[in-house]
Amino acid sequence: MIRLFYKRAIQDIRENRFLNTVTIITIALSILIVSVFALFFINTNDLINHWKKGIRVVVYLKTNTSEAMIPDIKKKFEEMYGVSEAVFISKEEALEQLKRQIKSQISLLEDLKENPLPDAFEVRMIPSSQSWEKVETLSDKIESLPYVDDVEYGEKWLGRFTNIVNLFRLTGYGVGGLFFMAAVFIVANTIRLVLYSRREEIEIMRLIGAADSFIKFPFYIQSLIQSTLGGILGLGILFIAFTIIASNVEHGFLPGSFQIRFLPPAVFFSIVISSMLVGWLGCYLSLKQFLRI
Amino acid sequence: MIGEKEKNAIIRLFHVYRHYGSKNALIDITLDVFKNEFLFISGPSGAGKTTLLKLLYLGEPVSDGQILIDGMNLSRISRNRIPYLRRNFGIVFQDYKLIKTKTVYENVAIVLEASGVKRRMVQKKVNHVLRTVGMEQRHSAFPPSLSGGEQQRVAIARAIVGDPKIILADEPTGSLDSESASFIFNLLKGVHTRGATVIIATHDKELIKKTGGRVVYLSSGRLETSPYV
Repeated sequence: MIRLFYKRAIQDIRENRFLNTVTIITIALSILIVSVFALFFINTNDLINHWKKGIRVVVYLKTNTSEAMIPDIKKKFEEMYGVSEAVFISKEEALEQLKRQIKSQISLLEDLKENPLPDAFEVRMIPSSQSWEKVETLSDKIESLPYVDDVEYGEKWLGRFTNIVNLFRLTGYGVGGLFFMAAVFIVANTIRLVLYSRREEIEIMRLIGAADSFIKFPFYIQSLIQSTLGGILGLGILFIAFTIIASNVEHGFLPGSFQIRFLPPAVFFSIVISSMLVGWLGCYLSLKQFLRI
Repeated sequence: MIGEKEKNAIIRLFHVYRHYGSKNALIDITLDVFKNEFLFISGPSGAGKTTLLKLLYLGEPVSDGQILIDGMNLSRISRNRIPYLRRNFGIVFQDYKLIKTKTVYENVAIVLEASGVKRRMVQKKVNHVLRTVGMEQRHSAFPPSLSGGEQQRVAIARAIVGDPKIILADEPTGSLDSESASFIFNLLKGVHTRGATVIIATHDKELIKKTGGRVVYLSSGRLETSPYV
């Protein structure tokens, strides 16, 4: 029986080649757009996590802080939740570092009568505790200490960047939803056109005692074939584009050890299954409307 | 009390009406058709013969009244049971209603496929029935390439392939030459002999005279003969 349904579905696809090709391409494009979003988010997420690994909070101590207090302060920092270590950087060390960094304009520093830089601590965080709220709480806590002059975490922009990415993510869900609906309607429309071209045949089949399920099944197979092919085609195009872009971009644009990656298998298959769902839903809507008559 | 004859009725119509807007197509039809009967519904064109047949297989709903088919009340039948009701019938439509894009073989086979018969059995039965109607040589032809008589034979093959209890034939010899008509008619006779109830809607008086089955007359939507034998 399945063989018979499959045969009828293939026959329908062959007879309406143009219509089916257009539908498959449209589904492929919808899937492509949605999966571009998915790929973008997966990689920006990876990138943000990569950057977060380097987060450190720099704590500047007040100038009147005595050297004897340093071990206590270090201990205090290291006992704080989420801190992996605190490294003391004396003002002399800091000046040396600065000199090394601005070698070409070293003359600027030569006239200094005294070292203007404060003593500082570099507080490094445990990677798992690096959510933005935690970094902020920690820096607030440190700033409230009496011997602390100022707290700085250079990657403050990363927080803002994360927020922007989150906003994009929401837009991505919205766009994904819209494309999903558009694809459903396109499949529904294709199936409806095929149904119209076969309405006489369907009418005859009903008159000779064919159950609705017998009539419907080949259409479901047809739409599943369309949507699976569309999904795979869309993801295939994405993969080719990804391979080309990845091989050109990786070395210049991205930080050191970070590598962009393609959709993980779970996401890949979820997208194919969503695509099949598009086909099923489109077919269901058309058949429901058509066979009610 | 239900008499023997009523008990033997496979189709029963009680005060059946069918109207389209204000136009009455059938008016107060009460009729029993018995198992293995050969019944003619006669009357001029537009008398309501086709409409009456349509009501039996739920091609159209009744406007009023009740119809029982082999004990099933059509006004109480659920939508998803309609295909099963229709499998009691083998219908020969006035315009044949063959699927143009399917071959002769496929047109006949679809009846069995739709009721879930295994492929091997479908093959056996379809080949047999095509032989019976003399169309085995043309099994892979498409309906538009067939003559009227040939199309009618395919339509009859499709109607009888599922061994239905009731055969409904709407003007089966209407547009055929006398030779084809008599061949078709003999086919229907053969089915009747094998136990089916056959109902033929026709205005062909010659055909009725030759056969000698029960005849009911329809005129302007009314039954003009006694509803019972």
